[in-house]
Amino acid sequence: MSSLQFDIAHLLAGSLVLASFMMLYQDRLYALLNVYALHAGVLALSVGWQAYVQQAPHLYITALIALVFKAIIIPVALHRIIKRLGIHREIENVIGIGLTMMAGIGLVALSMVVMLRVTPGADALAREDLAFALSVVLLGLLIMVTRRNAVSQVVGFMSLENGLVLAATGAKGMPLVVEISVAFSVLIAFIVIGIFLFRIRERFDSVDVQALDRFRGERR
Amino acid sequence: MIAVALWSVAALLALAPAGVVLSMRPRGSIILYGACLIATSTLCVTALSDLLFFPHLTPSATLPIGLPWLGAHFRLDALSAFFLVVVNLGGAAASLFALGYFRHEDSPGRVLPFYPAYLAAMNVVVLANDAFSFLVAWEFMSLTSWAMVVSHHREAENVRAGYVYLLMASFGTLALLLAFGLLASDAGYDFDAIRASHPSAALSGVVVILVLLGAGSKAGLVPLHAWLPLAHPAAPSHVSALMSGVMTKVAVYGFVRIVFDLVPEPVWWWSMVVLLVGGPTATLGVLYALMQRDIKRVLAYSTIENIGIIFTGLGLALAFKAEGLDWVAALAFTAAMLHVFNHALFKSLLFFGAGAVLGATGERDMEKLGGLIHRMPKTAFATLVGCVAISALPPFNGFVSEWLTFQAILLSPQLPSWGLKLVIPAVGGLLALAAAFAAACFVKLYGISFLGRPRSDVAASAHETDRFSLTAMFALAAFCLIAGILPGLFIDALAPVSKDMVGNIMPHQVGLQWLTIVPIAESRSSYNGLLVFLFVALCGTTAATAIHRFASDRLRRAPAWDCGYPDADPAIQYSASSFSQPIRRVFGSVIFRAREIGEMPPPSSPLPARLQVELHDLIWDGLYAPIAKAIGFATDRINILQFLSIRRYLTLVFVALVVLLLVVAL
Repeated sequence: MSSLQFDIAHLLAGSLVLASFMMLYQDRLYALLNVYALHAGVLALSVGWQAYVQQAPHLYITALIALVFKAIIIPVALHRIIKRLGIHREIENVIGIGLTMMAGIGLVALSMVVMLRVTPGADALAREDLAFALSVVLLGLLIMVTRRNAVSQVVGFMSLENGLVLAATGAKGMPLVVEISVAFSVLIAFIVIGIFLFRIRERFDSVDVQALDRFRGERR
Repeated sequence: MIAVALWSVAALLALAPAGVVLSMRPRGSIILYGACLIATSTLCVTALSDLLFFPHLTPSATLPIGLPWLGAHFRLDALSAFFLVVVNLGGAAASLFALGYFRHEDSPGRVLPFYPAYLAAMNVVVLANDAFSFLVAWEFMSLTSWAMVVSHHREAENVRAGYVYLLMASFGTLALLLAFGLLASDAGYDFDAIRASHPSAALSGVVVILVLLGAGSKAGLVPLHAWLPLAHPAAPSHVSALMSGVMTKVAVYGFVRIVFDLVPEPVWWWSMVVLLVGGPTATLGVLYALMQRDIKRVLAYSTIENIGIIFTGLGLALAFKAEGLDWVAALAFTAAMLHVFNHALFKSLLFFGAGAVLGATGERDMEKLGGLIHRMPKTAFATLVGCVAISALPPFNGFVSEWLTFQAILLSPQLPSWGLKLVIPAVGGLLALAAAFAAACFVKLYGISFLGRPRSDVAASAHETDRFSLTAMFALAAFCLIAGILPGLFIDALAPVSKDMVGNIMPHQVGLQWLTIVPIAESRSSYNGLLVFLFVALCGTTAATAIHRFASDRLRRAPAWDCGYPDADPAIQYSASSFSQPIRRVFGSVIFRAREIGEMPPPSSPLPARLQVELHDLIWDGLYAPIAKAIGFATDRINILQFLSIRRYLTLVFVALVVLLLVVAL
């Protein structure tokens, strides 16, 4: 593998992590969705580049799925949901941007150390990819943990899933059927969560998950 | 050979789903138990011919089931063949008994599907040659027997018994799983590979302790016995017979297979542990049995005693093998194996007797029975044979195996290690005590239930049981006698087993004069069951004839002296509790913290006086209750975790993930 190919793959995977960081501090829902669309777009590019580098044509399909579903359909649908729910003006109070960013940096460092330590024998591209993928997964989890709004938790989950796809394409010889099934499971999760969003909203006039806690008689 | 065995097991497995259908037909039980009888008899004959004619061949087979990279390995060596004989002889007898006994079963659908599966599972445990098949079959055996324990689920007591049984069974399997995990760490799960590997002494020691916990909890070693007297009586009687007579032997097989075969040369302290568990198990088991009044519970506790005797024999074999005295080890090992066989015979027989009594009267409480010898004479005779055999009286089989165990104990001064020299005679004392108690216990069981006058209406109106049950009982009784008067045949048949396991055999017995058995040397000790039998039979017949000739026609019937109280009630007879009172007063006050509370009415009051006996199970109170309490406390604390919000769950998962990654990274 030439060093240019490696550098570009590195750049794209790094941009994915950067997009994850951008999602961490978005406190408006529309902005969050736009960054998510960007996140999915970068993922599609990265997967496409892997397809070219590994000469694995089936990865182009994965890239296409990522582009169509994750970068276009899901963000558009979430846009419409937000509009219908009437929460597009809501500002979410994240725990504190500084603190969250520090935690995110810590997580990225952690995943680098872990991956570089446990995969000394693997080839360089796969190692880097896996390390970035783990960072994206951890950052996705962090987004889910720090948000209160159900919609942004869904977005966090989707970005986590992007990290999984990145990891899967980084490892050579991943069969297509696995990726398709992952894509479908995400789609189904999206549908189910979408339905739940409306049900929660019907009941509680809000998609703030705190309402659920209050309903169960819990105090914060 | 092994193909026949495996096909029979497959047939038993196939009978399990058939049992679901058959349980809905009126004659379904007969078909199912008949088929089980055929399959187990085939297995028994196959294994017996293998043991007698081809003991040095070890056919093996691998089936492509189970773990994909391992497959299921089976092997039929002398040890497996011997235990197959035990399992299937018991299984065949139980199936024959059940051909008549099934009429007393009100919900056959809860027993029929599990019965053949249970038999198949026990066979697979004995045949398995890799840890995976062994453990799966072991667990299958536990689960199917559990299903039959809770078959009478309307009684709260049975459900509790099932719960305790399930807990202890999973504990035992966990211990075995860990043992195999340690053994497999450098060899894999195939027994052949484990045999070839050389684990360190420390690792083998841990494995032996774990196996003692795992197999011991299934066999009923004190203090892991708590479930046994609850679960064994709760099942239908033919299943009780299988659980007590056969399944505990499968547990013994598990212990022998791992400790004598898979783990390399023994170390002397292993035998110390086994002996220190085995001896007290024997004595405590029978002391518990003496305190009971439920027939099936007495039998279950007596199983614990016999398991104690068997494990003492195995402990002796380990001790002598570790110290290089192979020939004594062979004696102790053969004694233990012979007792395995004998106990399977007479314990099944006694449970069948209890089942016949239960079927005829609906009572398990001895205090409500009595006088059954007149109403069920054949059952009473067969049960008497079982009681004599289990009390280790010559000329029956129980005596031979216990006598051989004592012969091995008497050789303990030859051991070089001082610890064993001191412990083994003490264990021998415990065994002797247990043997005496066992005799007392079965005098009580037989005397109270079968002799005297009926203590209740159901006992007074009991009828003899059916032909199938009687056939099963008399067949086992005949085996008890044959094994008692021709022990040499059985000892010689066990020679290949002993050769494989301890590396030496007992001297050949067949061909000695008058069928005498000589465990070591003629100058030292010998026993002749046949002569004892002929002597007993001759004296008994002579005495009976003489008495009949000279006394029978002098019989007069007259009213008995009633101390001024006319119309003596059957309740004033000796009762089960009054029979065991002396022993309870001597031993029970310490071991069971027994207390007698007497309530005398004031003078001139017509109220009855009351005597209450309070018993405590110290092992339950001291071991199981605190553990249950600690677990309850911990679960109460952890319970909060069940009611967190989604975000907190996410946070928990996240934090756990980060912590684990940190562990990997650092």
